[in-house]
Amino acid sequence: MTETSPLTAAVAPPDPTTLWILIIGLAIGTFLLRFVFVGFVGDRPMPEWLLRHLRYTAVAILPALVAPLVVWPAATGGQLDLPRTAAAAATIVAGWISKNVLIGIGAGAVTLYTLLYLLG
Amino acid sequence: MSSPAVSSYYWKGFRDSAPFVLVVGPFGMLFGVLAVEAGLKLVETLTLTSTVFAGAAQFTALQLMQAQTPILIILASSLAVNLRMAMYSASLTPYLGAAPLWQRALAAYLMVDQAYACSIARYETDRDMTVPQRMRYYFGTVTPVGIVWFLGTVAGAVLGAQIPESLALDFALPIAFLGMVIPMLRTLAHVTAAGVAVTVALLAAGLPYNLGLMVAGLAGMIAGARVELMLRRRGTWT
Repeated sequence: MTETSPLTAAVAPPDPTTLWILIIGLAIGTFLLRFVFVGFVGDRPMPEWLLRHLRYTAVAILPALVAPLVVWPAATGGQLDLPRTAAAAATIVAGWISKNVLIGIGAGAVTLYTLLYLLG
Repeated sequence: MSSPAVSSYYWKGFRDSAPFVLVVGPFGMLFGVLAVEAGLKLVETLTLTSTVFAGAAQFTALQLMQAQTPILIILASSLAVNLRMAMYSASLTPYLGAAPLWQRALAAYLMVDQAYACSIARYETDRDMTVPQRMRYYFGTVTPVGIVWFLGTVAGAVLGAQIPESLALDFALPIAFLGMVIPMLRTLAHVTAAGVAVTVALLAAGLPYNLGLMVAGLAGMIAGARVELMLRRRGTWT
């Protein structure tokens, strides 16, 4: 594998002012998302169409975030590489069969390290 | 204040969520390592982790910060990842909505996947719980997970520099997220939402400011909702 992780390869540390604005914005925004219903809405009913879309937020956003990282890993300079692709596939298959978070992650980690070791 | 019957619910919650520390500990550590590597100071890392208190959103923010994304897009994307918290909040409201406001505010601040999953399962099976008992149970589920997440972050941030690159930590995040998402794909609607989101994310990867993520997320949510409607009409929705 290439020895530059995407993180150490990052440029200068973030500007402190921007970073603090980001932290405060995230803190307030996240709290409001968690508070909105249990706090503001109380027992009033919500429109069904909204609930129906919200149900799929996690299963849409998280895979969309992961997909480019699998196909174009920054650690290999954006080249598709076998250990990472195989690790992702192993996580999906093991997670799908077991329906268990830890088993999926474990299968992915074992696959990644085994292949990195064998091919390294 | 705390009759034995009420406080024992706190410990029930604590016990039920305790196994999750096995996931949360390494996850917190990973966040600490990546945050420090990304150039965040210890105080910034710990403030972020204790005020935002949402692993997936924090990882998203870090990831986009690395990519020199404008701050508004980082905020929007990270909060989009956390939209599911609004779902949790909605789903808990019938059970906790009658509690005092300060308790609801505290419950909202501490809302995490594991606490939600344990609590809603308990409320649905244990129908006779009073509102104070539900609150105690909820705070019990938050305690082990919250403490271990914070301590994990501290450990990761402090030890960060000593963790060798051969550990390929760059890929821990994709594996962790995949591991979390796959068991959530319970129906055809969920699978469709994920499939559409992945496809759009790859096709739209060239969009500036990581807008591809937002477009892909919305496309996936719409696709999931459409399939659910279709299955409901056919009467095959469970």
